[in-house]
Amino acid sequence: MTTIDSKIPQGELKDKWTNYKNHQKLVNPANKRKLDVIVVGTGLAGASAAASLGALGFNVLNFCIQDSPRRAHSIAAQGGINAAKNYQNDGDSVYRLFYDTIKGGDYRAREANVYRLAEVSNSIIDQCVAQGVPFAREYGGLLDNRSFGGAQVSRTFYAKGQTGQQLLLGAYSALSREVNRGSVKLYTRYEMLDVVIIEGRARGIIARNLVTGQIERFFGHAVVLGTGGYGNTFFLSTNAMGSNGSAAIQVYKKGAYFANPCYAQIHPTCIPVHGDIQSKLTLMSESLRNDGRIWVPKKKEDAEALQKGRKTANDIPDEDRDFYLERRYPAFGNLVPRDVASRAAKERCDAGFGVNNTGLAVFLDFKYAIQRLGKDVVAARYGNLFQMYEKITDQNPYETPMMIYPAIHYTMGGLWVDYELQTSIKGLFAIGEANFSDHGANRLGASALMQGLADGYFVLPYTIQNYLADQIQVPRMSTDLPEFQAAEKEVNDKIAKLMSIKGKRSVDSIHKELGLVMWDFVGMARTKESLETAMNKIKALKKEFWSNVFIPGEANSLNTELEKALRLSDFLEIGYLMAIDAYNREESCGGHFRSEYQTEEGEALRQDDKFSYVACWHYQGEDKDPELLKEPLDYEFTERKTRNYKE
Amino acid sequence: MENTINITLKVWRQRGPKEKGFFETFDLKNISTDMSFLEMMDVLNEQLVAEGKEPVVFDHDCREGICGMCSMFINGHPHGPDEDVTTCQLHMRKFKDGETITVEPWRSAGFPVIRDLMVDRNAFDKIMQAGGYVSVNTGGIPDANAIPIPKPIADEAMDAASCIGCGACVAACKNGSAMLFVSAKVSQLALLPQGKVEAAARAKKMVAKMDELGFGNCTNTRACEAECPKNVSITNIARLNREFLCAKIKD
Ligand SMILES: Cc1cc2nc3c(=O)[nH]c(=O)nc-3n(C[C@H](O)[C@H](O)[C@H](O)COP(=O)(O)OP(=O)(O)OC[C@H]3O[C@@H](n4cnc5c(N)ncnc54)[C@H](O)[C@@H]3O)c2cc1C
Ligand code: SF4
Ligand code: FES
Repeated sequence: MTTIDSKIPQGELKDKWTNYKNHQKLVNPANKRKLDVIVVGTGLAGASAAASLGALGFNVLNFCIQDSPRRAHSIAAQGGINAAKNYQNDGDSVYRLFYDTIKGGDYRAREANVYRLAEVSNSIIDQCVAQGVPFAREYGGLLDNRSFGGAQVSRTFYAKGQTGQQLLLGAYSALSREVNRGSVKLYTRYEMLDVVIIEGRARGIIARNLVTGQIERFFGHAVVLGTGGYGNTFFLSTNAMGSNGSAAIQVYKKGAYFANPCYAQIHPTCIPVHGDIQSKLTLMSESLRNDGRIWVPKKKEDAEALQKGRKTANDIPDEDRDFYLERRYPAFGNLVPRDVASRAAKERCDAGFGVNNTGLAVFLDFKYAIQRLGKDVVAARYGNLFQMYEKITDQNPYETPMMIYPAIHYTMGGLWVDYELQTSIKGLFAIGEANFSDHGANRLGASALMQGLADGYFVLPYTIQNYLADQIQVPRMSTDLPEFQAAEKEVNDKIAKLMSIKGKRSVDSIHKELGLVMWDFVGMARTKESLETAMNKIKALKKEFWSNVFIPGEANSLNTELEKALRLSDFLEIGYLMAIDAYNREESCGGHFRSEYQTEEGEALRQDDKFSYVACWHYQGEDKDPELLKEPLDYEFTERKTRNYKE
Repeated sequence: MENTINITLKVWRQRGPKEKGFFETFDLKNISTDMSFLEMMDVLNEQLVAEGKEPVVFDHDCREGICGMCSMFINGHPHGPDEDVTTCQLHMRKFKDGETITVEPWRSAGFPVIRDLMVDRNAFDKIMQAGGYVSVNTGGIPDANAIPIPKPIADEAMDAASCIGCGACVAACKNGSAMLFVSAKVSQLALLPQGKVEAAARAKKMVAKMDELGFGNCTNTRACEAECPKNVSITNIARLNREFLCAKIKD
C-alpha cells in the first residue's frame, strides 16, 4: 500500500520550522532568474506568493479568472485576521493560537503545520502594516483587536468590515510592484484547464484565454495553485460566483490526492434564502456575534405567529426569548465556533422555533448592544454591514433584529499537501483555501486570511526553494513537447464534447439541482442513508449533464456559458467526492456531522481510534470510485479532548 | 409579501471592441422586487439560453459590492439609481411596474468594450503598477506597533482605501477622468507614515500613467464623487494635487 509522507521535520514542536529553514536547500540569486514559476490565483494566497517569489527574483507567471488580480474572492472577507501578537496583554501566545486552532479543528489537523501557522502569524501583521494596510487603531495610535468565535482572547486585526479587501489590496500592491519590475507577468481573464506533467513532474498548464476563447500552453519549472475553495458545489454559497474547484479536480485526475473533501464549513450568520432565483448568499460577518445576541422565541405559538407575519420580533418580550447559545454554552455564549452555532440554529428551526416566512431563520439582535453602548458605537463597529443588510432585505437592523441562517461558506478539505505545501505530484504546490492544510475539520473565524497569507508570504517562498534547488539545471522546456500537445488535446476534446451535446438544460439549472442535493443530503447533518442517496443522485445528475446540457455560442470566442459548464463538470466530481468521504467517515468532527454519532446533548462525537487520519482520495479513472489512502494523525504534543465550549 | 413587476429592458449589445453596437429590447414579466438587479439579468439570460440564444455578457463576481467587477450604466447612472451601491447591490424594488430600464456598459476612452456590457479596465492595473504601492519586500519588517498612527489619520486612510476600482467615477465623468480612483490610492498611502516616503514620486508616476492611457483631465464637475458607490471623497483629489505639486517642485 502507498504510504503517505508528510515530511514533518524532526524536533520539538516549537523548533520544527526553524530546523526546517536551517537545513533546507536554497536557490542562489543568479539561478532564480532562470526558473519560471506558474502561480494560478491572485487571492491572498496567490498574490502574496507571486509577489514574494517575484521579489526574491524568480520569474513568475500569475493567472486569474477575473479582469484584475484585485478582484479575487479574498476581497470579500469581512471580519478580520488572527495573529498571536498579544497586544491586548490578555494572555495570548503562539502556543495558545496553535492550541485554539487545533481544538477548533476538532483534532483533525497536523500539529506541526498548525504550530508553524501560529508562529508566522505575527510577521503577517508587520508585513501588511508596512504595505500601508489601514488596520483599525485605538486612540493611542496602536492597533486595535476584536474577538472571534472559538477564542477567549482578542487577537483579531481588522480594517472596518473590509479586512479581506484591505489585505488583498496590500498583496495586490506588492504584486503590482513586481509587475512593474518585470519579475511577474500577469495573465488576467485566463482560466487554467489542465496541468501538464512531464516525467512525473508538474511542468506547466493549459489555460483558456477567456476573451478570445483560445487555448494556450505555459511552461513553469514548478506550478503553484492558489485557486481557492469549492464551496460553490452547493450553488448557493457565500463564495463569489466565479469561485470553483476545477484546478483541484484537474490535478486530482492527474494523480494529486484530494484530502478530506467532506470537511466543509457552514457559516451560521448569513442572510436567509429568499427565492428560487437567488444567485448567492450574503454573509453577515461573524464579528457581529461580538455584540449581537442570537435568539428564537421560547414559545412555538410565537414562532408560528412570526412565520405567518402576525407578530414581529419586537412584539416578543425578553422573557419569551430563548437565547439558545447563551443557554447551551455559557462559557462561550454567542461566540462558540461556527459549526456549533450552525447546528444549534438548525436544531431550533427543525424543532419548529425558526422565524421568517420559511421558518428557516433565527434572530441576531442588536437591541441590547445599542442599550449598552449607544447607537453610535454600534454604527462605528458594524455600520457598513448594517447598510449591506438593509440594501438586501429592506429592513433596518438598528430597529428590528437581523434574520440569519447558516450557509455553506468555506471548505477545509482540498488538495493534500505535505509540510512543504507540495501535493503528491512533484513540483505541484497548493496554497490557501485550495489545500487541505491547517484547519482540520473546522476553521476558526479570521484564520483563513491568516493561512492564505502565511502560505504565500512566509511558507511557500521557503519550501518551494527546497524543490527548485534541484531544478536549476533544467532548461526552460518548449511547449511543443508531446506532453503539452496531449494535454491541450484533452482539453479541446472535452470542450468539443460539451459544445456538441446541444441538449435542453441550462448550466445553471443543473447546478441548482446539484446544490439542492448537496444541501439536503451532504449538508449540516449527514447520515449513511442520506449520503447513499446523494451519491446516487449525483451520478444521475452527472449523466444528465453530459447528455442534456445546452451551451449556446462558440468555443473559440468569449463564452460565459461554456466557462460555467466547465466548472460545473468539476463540481459534479467534487460533490461526489464530498459525499463518499462523508460516507466513509463514520464519526462526527467539526464541520462534518454524522447524525449517528452524537452525544446525548447533540454534540459531535469523534471516533479517534478509527478516524484519526487524513482521508486522501486517489483517482482511479472515470466512473470508478477513488482509492482511499490514510495519513495517520499522531498527536505528540497535545492531548485530544472532547471539544467543550460550555465551561 | 412578494411584490412583482413587469419591465422592459433596453440592453446594449456589442460583439467586440471594433464592432457596432445596438440596443436590444426585452420584456420581462413577474420580476420579484426582492431580486437584485443581477438576478434579474440572470432571469433574462436563462430565458435567452432557453431560446437557444447567447446570453448578455456582463462582469460580476462577489455580488456583494466589494470586488468592483460589476459595471452597468443603468438609466443614465453608473451602478443605477440607488445611492452608495454597486450594480450587484441594486435591487428591483427601486424600479416601478411598467418601467423601461436602459442598460449600457461603462463608456470611456480608457475602457474599451469587450462584449455587450463587459469592458476592459486593464488601464487601472497599469496605473497601479506605475506606483500604487509601498516599495517593501516580504520579510524583515519592524513590529507593526513600532510606529503609532493617530486614529483619525488611520480612519481617513481607510476611507480612501475603500475604493473598489470599479471605474464608475470614470464612466460618470464627461471628461473620462480617472482622478478619483488615482487620488484614492495616492491619498491612502500619503496619509500613512509607511507610504509617505514615496508619496510625491508616486503621485507623479501614477498621474503620468493615467494621462498616457487616454483618461481625460479633471475639471471639478464632482460627478465622480456623486456616483462613487463607496463614497470616495474628492478631497482626495486635492491631496493628490498637493503631492503632485510637491513632485513638480522637486524636479
Ligand atoms: C464572504 C466571506 C467572508 C470571509 N471572511 C473571512 C474573514 O473575515 N476572515 C478569514 O480569515 N476568512 C474569511 N473568509 C474566508 C477567506 O476569505 C478565504 O478562505 C480566502 O480569502 C481564500 O483565499 P485564496 O487566496 O485561497 O483563494 P481566493 O481568494 O478564492 O482566490 C482564488 C484565485 O484563484 C483564481 N482561480 C481559481 N481557479 C482558477 C483557474 N482554473 N484558472 C485561473 N485562475 C483561477 C481566481 O481567479 C482567484 O484569483 C471569508 C470568506 C467569504 C466567502
Ligand atoms: S473611486 Fe469610487 S467610483 Fe472610482 S473606482 Fe473607486 S470605488 Fe469606483
Ligand atoms: S459583483 Fe462584486 S462589486 Fe458587484
